[in-house]
Amino acid sequence: MAEETTFQAWWEGVVEQLAASLENLPDYVGQHVLISALALGIGIAVSLPLAVLGARSKMLRWPTLTAASIIQTIPSMALLALFYPVLLGLKYVVEMALRAVGGGEAEAPFSALGFLPTVIALTLYSMLPILRNTVTAITGVDPAMTEAARGLGMRPRQVLLRVELPLALPVIIAGVRTATVWVVGIATLADPIGQECLGSYIFAGLHMENWISVLVGCVLAAALALALDQLIGLMQSAAETRNRRRLAVGVLGLAVLVGGGLALPAVPGRRLAALVRPARAEPGEAPVREPGRTYVVGSKTFPEQYILAHAVRNQLRSRGLKAITREGLGSAVIFRALAAGDIDCYVGYTGTIWVNYMKREAVADPQNVLAEMTWWLADTRGIRCLGPLGFENAYALAMKRRRAETLGAESVADLGPLAPDLRIGGSYEFFGRPEWANLRDAYGLEFADRRQFQATFMYKAVATGEVDVIAAFSSDGRIAAYDLVTLGDPKHVLPPYDAVLLVAPEAARDQAFVEALKPMVRAIDVETMRRANYQVMRDENTKTVDQAAAWLRRQIGLTEEQGEPKSP
Amino acid sequence: MIRLDQVSKSYDGGRTWAVRGLDLHVAEGEVMVLLGESGCGKTSTLKMINRLIEATRGRIEVAGEDVRDLDPVLLRRRVGYVFQRIGLFPHLTVGENVAVVPKLLGWEKPTIARRVDELLEMVALDPDAFRDRMPRNLSGGQQQRVGVARALAARSRLMLMDEPFGALDPLTRASLQDEYRRIHRRLGLTSLMVTHDMTEALLMADRIACMRGGEIVQVGSPHALMTRPADDFVRRLMETPKEQADRLEHIVQSDDGEATG
Repeated sequence: MAEETTFQAWWEGVVEQLAASLENLPDYVGQHVLISALALGIGIAVSLPLAVLGARSKMLRWPTLTAASIIQTIPSMALLALFYPVLLGLKYVVEMALRAVGGGEAEAPFSALGFLPTVIALTLYSMLPILRNTVTAITGVDPAMTEAARGLGMRPRQVLLRVELPLALPVIIAGVRTATVWVVGIATLADPIGQECLGSYIFAGLHMENWISVLVGCVLAAALALALDQLIGLMQSAAETRNRRRLAVGVLGLAVLVGGGLALPAVPGRRLAALVRPARAEPGEAPVREPGRTYVVGSKTFPEQYILAHAVRNQLRSRGLKAITREGLGSAVIFRALAAGDIDCYVGYTGTIWVNYMKREAVADPQNVLAEMTWWLADTRGIRCLGPLGFENAYALAMKRRRAETLGAESVADLGPLAPDLRIGGSYEFFGRPEWANLRDAYGLEFADRRQFQATFMYKAVATGEVDVIAAFSSDGRIAAYDLVTLGDPKHVLPPYDAVLLVAPEAARDQAFVEALKPMVRAIDVETMRRANYQVMRDENTKTVDQAAAWLRRQIGLTEEQGEPKSP
Repeated sequence: MIRLDQVSKSYDGGRTWAVRGLDLHVAEGEVMVLLGESGCGKTSTLKMINRLIEATRGRIEVAGEDVRDLDPVLLRRRVGYVFQRIGLFPHLTVGENVAVVPKLLGWEKPTIARRVDELLEMVALDPDAFRDRMPRNLSGGQQQRVGVARALAARSRLMLMDEPFGALDPLTRASLQDEYRRIHRRLGLTSLMVTHDMTEALLMADRIACMRGGEIVQVGSPHALMTRPADDFVRRLMETPKEQADRLEHIVQSDDGEATG
């Protein structure tokens, strides 16, 4: 009986995860199709004329193909990320220019986050196969054909359009086909720069250990790529055999697939989710009072951030404001996105800003960090800190309790002499951050080995003894779950990492928005946050982010229904 | 119809000459054959006439006009051209291949359709059977019939032909040669044809221009060239068909002996 109940609980969890995934399906598929189709469209429109010129002139061919090849060698993730700062710079320049011309405040008419950098990067990626195939195909046309065309009295343009391009068409389509599969695949990497896509399933799933979400993302992306590949393949063979009916089938199939994908966001995700999950009461939302503005709540890449972003979004909705989340943003991206107004708020941590942006090392007085940071943010970036949420999520070196006791390690200071025999594990981000360098130098830590993990595997690695020490997060539920101890920092090298609610310059002047957020200030203690975090990370009875966010809001007395604190 | 006056062509800025000081007059209504070994400059001469390549020196007239004064593209649309490697477009049907030049000239659709059928019939291809077929499904002989039809499509009065029957088997070649003569006479064309095949030249030409090393050695009727060759080169050239016939005769007789013995 007991087993059956466990299975049932597990199955219900799976169904809920699947339902939660389906809720996002229309948006994710729609966005994925949109960015892929747009990038390919622009890619083809730019590459074809370039390739034609390249086929005509050797002087142009070499630099064009080389440039495209160089772009191809840049790791896709880096290329996508690279365009964010580039566009931010451009945006700044445009705004300065607008100000110089028009005077007063001016905002550049584009966002440097998400859509634009994604489409630019994907377009660049799509170009190489199209360029290369087109140049090869045109230069490979039998010279007897072009001479016949000229001999019959075709002008150069007519030779190109009526003879060379039609003869090159199958090979050109093959290039487009390759580009399509690449772009649809690489588009999944657009999630960390704030573009919704099928990769949002994959990244959120990886950060949250939600394998169903990862699977959904992979399956959908693969299915989309495969379907496009087959349809374009059909068009390619139609061009080879001059089969008009086959061509029509290919074009029609492509139109249905792309059109359907673009139209999909019109389908309410909840209705899709209702197909798999039993009926449940929908969380109430106050009627939208201000129809115009949609607020964007950002989140970084770990579970706590997802939960808090959902909780903040729900808080805004409960006050009748339109709000969406933009999840899984990298640490460097999210702060700039806030300063630029691409997102309206997110939950930051004092220490991160202290070390990474204020470039401070020594912590003279932990009490003053918050006040000093608040002043610095307002003064230099116009960002408003609404106040602490009430808990801290610090970097802390942690070890298995028994291992620490055996070695007699109580603080980081004790690790100094032990380090050469120990291995340390950290997140991808940690070893690149100044905190690590400060810690290492202050305590003379020379570990035998240093390994990088995704957070999930980092905790498992210390639990199984694969590494001895990890750079843990103090609000992580897994510290208790794996029976780890955190080591003290007697020299106060690490600053405090209080969670703080940060608001973008423009949104800070929006009274309704600020007022809606205020009930969350000083409302969450560390134990509550740990439990919420653990709900989504534990292996059994795993909750979705939405469920954990709802639980969190109930715990702090903000019901989904009203948004006003319950009377005690 | 065509007049070449001291025409020369160099591909390397004057160090060597593919064609040198060529004078030639093709009269209206005749079939003139440019005869010579490969590399003697006969194809270069042909291509200079419709400006597929430009003459380095000299003057070329087509129907009384200096070709340098004409838009080369419009000139080429006026002059029919049959290519050595046939050069049908593989992505177009037989009908579309024939219609290329009329389309370039902006003819009405029904006019083009009628013209295509008329031409296919003229080159002995049933329009209903061949109009919509792709060139790759045709035999070599059928393909070159289409090639000839395409060159005639825009009612050109002047035909330039670059070894048009060279790639065909002997039987097909013979029948196409006959048919071309018939079409030439019926339409009152002026044709300039390039070949290295002595027999072809003798069978098709009203007059033959013998070329060697970029220069014309002798121009005259087949009869004149055979009876009064200007030099040894022309004599040897003219004797090749007869020599071949003798050798064949010899083989036939020795074979005959073997068969009876």
